[in-house]
Amino acid sequence: MPAINVSKATHEQDHEQSRASRVFDLAEMPLRELNQALHDLAPGSNETAWEVLHPKGSHSVAVGVDQPITIDVRGSVGYYCGGMNDGSTITVHGSAGPGVGENMMSGLITVKGDASQYAGATGRGGLLVIEGNASSRCGISMKGIDIVVHGNIGHMSAFMAQSGNLVVLGDAGDALGDSIYEARLFVRGKVESLGADCIAKEMRPEHLELLQGLLDRAGATGVKAAEFKRYGSARTLYNFNIDNADAY
Amino acid sequence: MTYRNPPTTPRKSATFDDYTLSEIRRAAATGIYDIRGAGAKRKLPHFDDLLVLGASISRYPLEGYRERCDTGVVLGSRYAKKPIELKIPITIAGMSFGSLSGPAKEALGRGATLSGTSTTTGDGGMTEEERGHSKTLVYQYLPSRYGMNPRDLRRADAIEIVVGQGAKPGGGGMLLGQKISDRVAEMRTLPKGIDQRSASRHPDWTGPDDLEIKILELREITDWEKPIYVKVGGARPYYDTALAVKSGADVVVIDGMQGGTAATQEVFIENVGQPTLACIRPAVQALQDLGMHRKVQLIVSGGIRNGADVAKALALGVDAVSIGTAALVALGDNDPRWEADYNELGTTAGAYDDWHEGRDPAGITTQDPDLMKRVDPIAAGRRLANYLKVMTLEAQTIARACGKNSLHNLEPEDLVALTIEAAAMAGVPLAGTNWIPGKNGF
Repeated sequence: MPAINVSKATHEQDHEQSRASRVFDLAEMPLRELNQALHDLAPGSNETAWEVLHPKGSHSVAVGVDQPITIDVRGSVGYYCGGMNDGSTITVHGSAGPGVGENMMSGLITVKGDASQYAGATGRGGLLVIEGNASSRCGISMKGIDIVVHGNIGHMSAFMAQSGNLVVLGDAGDALGDSIYEARLFVRGKVESLGADCIAKEMRPEHLELLQGLLDRAGATGVKAAEFKRYGSARTLYNFNIDNADAY
Repeated sequence: MTYRNPPTTPRKSATFDDYTLSEIRRAAATGIYDIRGAGAKRKLPHFDDLLVLGASISRYPLEGYRERCDTGVVLGSRYAKKPIELKIPITIAGMSFGSLSGPAKEALGRGATLSGTSTTTGDGGMTEEERGHSKTLVYQYLPSRYGMNPRDLRRADAIEIVVGQGAKPGGGGMLLGQKISDRVAEMRTLPKGIDQRSASRHPDWTGPDDLEIKILELREITDWEKPIYVKVGGARPYYDTALAVKSGADVVVIDGMQGGTAATQEVFIENVGQPTLACIRPAVQALQDLGMHRKVQLIVSGGIRNGADVAKALALGVDAVSIGTAALVALGDNDPRWEADYNELGTTAGAYDDWHEGRDPAGITTQDPDLMKRVDPIAAGRRLANYLKVMTLEAQTIARACGKNSLHNLEPEDLVALTIEAAAMAGVPLAGTNWIPGKNGF
């Protein structure tokens, strides 16, 4: 294991969380050492609280983490923050670049600001919460992840989404759920347009229950599941039919 | 006596030949394009259009069975902490579990391992059969990301980011409902029995600048241990190679249009992309222009069949070749022993390419539990190992005849071309001349 600079955070505003944190200042240490230290954590390690300072838009911050630790990133990050996360709780106290939480397996990622394109792309599990807006292709090819966006999402979101739940408290852009498989989409606001084979669906009691649970977990207090509409696959493109050729 | 005018011999059109006519009738009857497996079947300039010169007064040969002729190759030495070391410069190309049966994937792993080379996953994730029986396993990172997870990423020996493949540069994968069994459906997180069309683009990056960041992420996740390959279909080999190098690839893989697919539209296979032979020199040129030849390794695939193809490809500057279709044939694909079954499917051994239908008599491109029993993974793996050994010996035979103590010492100067097309594509002289079309101003 490479030598690691461990220091106690001195930021007054962060004092509460960082009391026992292992602090990693990316202004002083290279990204490589951060990720290596995270990967070197043994199962059951008592170093369960981590703090990353001065990320300054770095790419691949805290990728491939597979231990149930918490990581507070104090600032905005570049591409793929929390990529392939498996069990850790990551909070970005800023905005996130493209592909935040891509291919997440399990755990929780919260972005306090906005997220760029492809948030939660191909994610397989866990919960991704965007407290601001998410850009285009949010939840693209999602495979089991739950995503809750407090603001709006951009065009082509949930493209080819296979499984999992995408919850949007605001509006959705063009071509929502194009070529969608079995993922469920819940949108409270306006949907600019639906993509190929995506339709509005009945909100049954089990959906309301699922949705309310996600809203509660994502800290969307005071928001009622009944305010949402559900969208999903019409399943007309599942087997090729020449009379649907215009939709392919 | 009656005089009859001499009859004209019935004449079929070269343009509207029998195949074309049958395809028009088929399209008119069904309303859907033809889907099939394998690569381009049309005649293309290929390695057969090149000859090796051998030794003469100015070059002396090595003794065929005595003097050493190295075949090993190291892949991934640019950045990876753990580059791959292979005993032979012939690898097994990516083919998916889903397209292929579990026993077929196991046989590929066994054959490759016996031969000291690598095998590759495909658009369906990593199976235990394959990981367990492959000493060196390359894990494909595809647009669909089916089955992708960090655990498999870390237990792979290399990662291959697939941008495209030769049979369909710009096209995504396709696996029709008949082959989506419970196990395949679960690995791909899809409903059983649907026609599955994989994405043609990666979901979370576009263009070379993003690719560089994506490669960084994969390296960070795997602690910079694994070689990272970038695989492209043979479309713009010069620029694709240059951009892959710029993006930080350890290895560039170029798959020409003869490279096979599990299932794609016939029109795509036969009309999009470039022949393997046409891809090699531009790719090598890009590496040389960047000062990266032999530092970033180049793997070429698409229609490699024997040791002569291997030797010629290496002479043109590639570091290793990859085989897919030929490996399946070694396992038993299209074997005449199943001729009666092929006839029942309306085809014949050697022409069977409806791999997407899941009814493969040889038990390779199927998920049918009864058919897949026809592949004995141990015996089929042994056949693949034998075949790889023969290819290697053949390539060594040619290299020694050229006086080379390593396959990688073969060079373009060892080659001539039989046709003007091949001379232009390979950048070697037309036999009997010193003319390389396109060089020196004419």
